[in-house]
Amino acid sequence: MAKTKTDPTWQELEIGGIVTNPGNAAEYKTGDWRSLRPLWDTKRCVRCGACYIFCPDASIYETEEGYFEADLYHCKGCGICAHECPTQSIKMVEEEE
Amino acid sequence: MGKRIGLEVSLSAAEAVKMADVDCIAAYPITPQTHIVEHLSELVNDGELDAEFIPVESEHSAMSVCTGVAAVGARAFTCTSSQGLALMNEIVHIAASMRLPMVMILANRSMSGPISIWNDHTDVMSIRDCGWIQVFANNGQEVFDHVLFGYRVGESQKVMLPVMIHIDGFILTHVIEPVEFWETQQVERYLPAFKPIHALHPDRPVTMGAFGMPSMFSEVKVAQDEALIQSKSEIMAAWNELGDLVGRYYRPIETYRSEDAETLFITQGSFGETVSLVVDALRDEGKRVGLLMDRLWRPFPLDEFRQAVGNARNLIVIDRAISYGGQGGPLAMDLRSALYKERNQPNITNFICGLASRDVTIDDFKNMFNRSMEKIEGNPREEDFEYYGVRGK
Ligand code: SF4
Ligand code: SF4
Repeated sequence: MAKTKTDPTWQELEIGGIVTNPGNAAEYKTGDWRSLRPLWDTKRCVRCGACYIFCPDASIYETEEGYFEADLYHCKGCGICAHECPTQSIKMVEEEE
Repeated sequence: MGKRIGLEVSLSAAEAVKMADVDCIAAYPITPQTHIVEHLSELVNDGELDAEFIPVESEHSAMSVCTGVAAVGARAFTCTSSQGLALMNEIVHIAASMRLPMVMILANRSMSGPISIWNDHTDVMSIRDCGWIQVFANNGQEVFDHVLFGYRVGESQKVMLPVMIHIDGFILTHVIEPVEFWETQQVERYLPAFKPIHALHPDRPVTMGAFGMPSMFSEVKVAQDEALIQSKSEIMAAWNELGDLVGRYYRPIETYRSEDAETLFITQGSFGETVSLVVDALRDEGKRVGLLMDRLWRPFPLDEFRQAVGNARNLIVIDRAISYGGQGGPLAMDLRSALYKERNQPNITNFICGLASRDVTIDDFKNMFNRSMEKIEGNPREEDFEYYGVRGK
């Protein structure tokens, strides 16, 4: 595997592979896994925020207008938001290659 | 000098754990380890040892508890045997990879099946590659000393690894032997308080035992292997200091009448004491025979082995475990590869014997010596090993 500049050598690692900077999960871009992408229909959305609460990756954020969108660097396309939305405002669409 | 008393080896092992002032003992009783745990529970109950005694529901939980205890920077002890070790296997590997020091005594017993409560090294070899520092202790005093040694080495910030002490089940655990206890001041000098590099604490959050992506995994594992290899200098320092303190000097390979030997027996565990008598008998017959006893098993003492073998022409390796479908016992296989680089490789014969505590007597070892000499007359490299004393073999 190609070594990028940020990958530490074995000598540079923290003992036991311990992670010392808390809250670093956001650095891991789970968006790479996605094959389906959530698409919001703001005409149907009642802004209840259920999708925001249920997203297991905390990748849904509220827009200035009070609607919701996914941060696609982290959304892994699980479809939970679409399943939970009480107004069926979210559709999962195929990612193009 | 501490007091010298006769005590069952299991009980003196528990007394050593008490002297190490452990914070937590988590264990599940299993033959032949039981007396160690029982005595520790008494010591805690009677207020002689201020520690948590957690009577867990399985060995998997015992090792999980010890891992948690070490992760918060406290001192943990457990012990088990064969099937118990198999049940805790998952966490045994994790404790090493998380670099969490603790001491575990493994009262060596056969792996089932058939079910056997008796002694051999098949449990030891099932866990050979778990990443712990592993030593063999061959009598009650060695067990006592190595409990303190285990914490001292494992907790060193240069090491930070768990330590496993192998003792032969029943043959050692259930016999009464004289043991010289340490003075409290000696323990205090030898074993400072555990100061971990990282410990779980709300003020200093860290994640231990995290997920490792393929892009990181190899580096983490190499760092772990390097830590185990490099632990040898701390092991040597701790043995030397122990010697200076209590007068007993331990070495990775213990030798007996080996200097000018042409033929060397190589053993692990309590076989060593029997073979030393065989060496004396064969020396009386004018044969230049000696003995090497492997004390340090992991990290493998490669240089010490090569040096101890020296100019010996014949090695008779005694294994107390099977590597199914392999090319000999685990000790013999390691030794053969250790000596691969030698220009003048000695002849190596290998006997697998003593499974499930089957008696191997002085005469049996003499037979193995004679068998080896016969093999060497012919082609010693023709067969990799021999099962000794098996009906029909
Ligand atoms: S698809 Fe899954 S990960 Fe993506 S926004 Fe919806 S709930 Fe979150
Ligand atoms: S769950 Fe559906 S209705 Fe509620 S905010 Fe999300 S998209 Fe809108």
